Amino acid sequence: MDPERAAEIERIFRAEHGRAVAVLVRVFGDIDVAEEAVADAFTAAVQRWPADGLPPSPAGWIITTARNRAIDRLRREAYRADRHAQAALLHARDEEVEEGPVRDERLRLIFTCCHPALNRGAQVALTLRLLGGLTTAEIARAFLVPEPTMAQRLVRAKGKIRDAKIPYRVPAAADLPERLRSVLAVVYLVFNEGYAASSGEALVRADLCAEAIRLGRQLASLMPDEPEVLGLLALMLLASSRRAARTTAGGELVPLAEQDRDRWDRALMAEGQTLVRACLRRNEPGVYQIQAAIQAVHADASAQRTVDKERGGALPRRAEAASAQRTVDKERGGALPRRAEAASAAATDWRQIVQLYDQLLTYDPAPIVALNRAVAVAEADGPGTALALVDALDLGTYYLFHAIRADLLRRLGRDVEARTAYLRAIELTDNTAERDFLRRRRQSLGG
Amino acid sequence: MTLYMLTIYQPDGGPPPPEFMESVARDLYALNQDIKAAGAWVFSRGLHAPGTATVVRVRDREIVTTDGPYVEGKEHIGGFWIVEAPDLDAALGWARKAARATTLPIEVRPFQDVPEY
Repeated sequence: MDPERAAEIERIFRAEHGRAVAVLVRVFGDIDVAEEAVADAFTAAVQRWPADGLPPSPAGWIITTARNRAIDRLRREAYRADRHAQAALLHARDEEVEEGPVRDERLRLIFTCCHPALNRGAQVALTLRLLGGLTTAEIARAFLVPEPTMAQRLVRAKGKIRDAKIPYRVPAAADLPERLRSVLAVVYLVFNEGYAASSGEALVRADLCAEAIRLGRQLASLMPDEPEVLGLLALMLLASSRRAARTTAGGELVPLAEQDRDRWDRALMAEGQTLVRACLRRNEPGVYQIQAAIQAVHADASAQRTVDKERGGALPRRAEAASAQRTVDKERGGALPRRAEAASAAATDWRQIVQLYDQLLTYDPAPIVALNRAVAVAEADGPGTALALVDALDLGTYYLFHAIRADLLRRLGRDVEARTAYLRAIELTDNTAERDFLRRRRQSLGG
Repeated sequence: MTLYMLTIYQPDGGPPPPEFMESVARDLYALNQDIKAAGAWVFSRGLHAPGTATVVRVRDREIVTTDGPYVEGKEHIGGFWIVEAPDLDAALGWARKAARATTLPIEVRPFQDVPEY
């Protein structure tokens, strides 16, 4: 097949898989039947589209073809007295599917995949498989588990959905906040797994980041009125914008302060900042929005040089805008007071970042949040103040705790203690890039 | 409709103080009235202490009877409900109320469909 056409079909597959499976799950009331039908339809597409050309509505074609093929197959199986097939056919009898514009069923599917009765690993696997269209092998590779293990996880999860009758619907308003938290946690976990792999050779598994952002965009288009959905998308976009600058060509980790800010992705950054501004105007803060706002302050420091041209590029500088006490006027959003200097870590408004962490701690009083806050305090008030905060935290088994302590001790000239702390951090991380970075830091202290 | 078993997991040891048990009994009565009013009721009872249990099994084709519960652990099954519900969310809704009323963990498990043979 012409490679361009093949790439086009691949793109449609990725884009439409979730929607097609979602519609077919509704039609047949069965995830396995839906998955198989959609896979059949894409196989048919690969055979027919190169010769016939793309249908006017590829998604509609896939869904109609999948439905028809599934019904044919189920009829054959039902004829052989397969109760499972009979049930699916019976279900399908009452459900209409039309070619053309299709009702979006993906939200239902997302909430089913991320149902709290499923464990987090199962939620993630199902979401990537059904919404993302990733193969079991791809998901297994991404999460560094053997393929049979991942296959088993998916079978078990689908079995539980079927047998325990986990419903296929968008939760009622009263349950939505709790259920949405679970959905957002799944997407963010996929992103983080890609962004800072906890183990393995590659620090960034870019595919997972891209997939998480794709899911985030889908959620944002399906639930445009949920500020935390937009906050999560903004957070992922802003973090991604720094991806190229986070590692050297040789795969070595570059800390934020030393990153070449010209290598940050301006388009992703601008998109993320626009979303953060929209969230600020909404004035319903939450953990993802606040984390996105923190990222936006970093982005802001690098955007100083170009901002006057673009006008909309800078964020409101003061944390109280984020803390919901006042509404930022649309037109003035980009024109609030700000410092104008070169793009560098020094240009970052660390005071505002500390304030945002204070706010984040009221929502999520986790020691890891307090640790991140201490990093900002080190920039705003000096490493001595930060070290006292860090030492009060009970995070002794977390490598970043020791890495951050080591850095603060180094900056305070307490080299012997810094070397011990680096050593502890090195022992506690499996990520090769992180470990190499910590080793270089430790060696730079001599001794 | 699916049948679900809602099992109460109770820590071993003596019973809680009577005033506490009274308030639990009141909450359970109210919950059971709700389940009945919703048409979800099939059955529910509390069980006597695990010390009252007897296990019967076949060993070398001989019946062996032993005194005491089958599993010795830190918790035992204190009682259960069987409810009929349209889906897991509805069953979990009853389980949430049961957990509040008993202050104990409630395990929710679907029954298999009736086999057609």
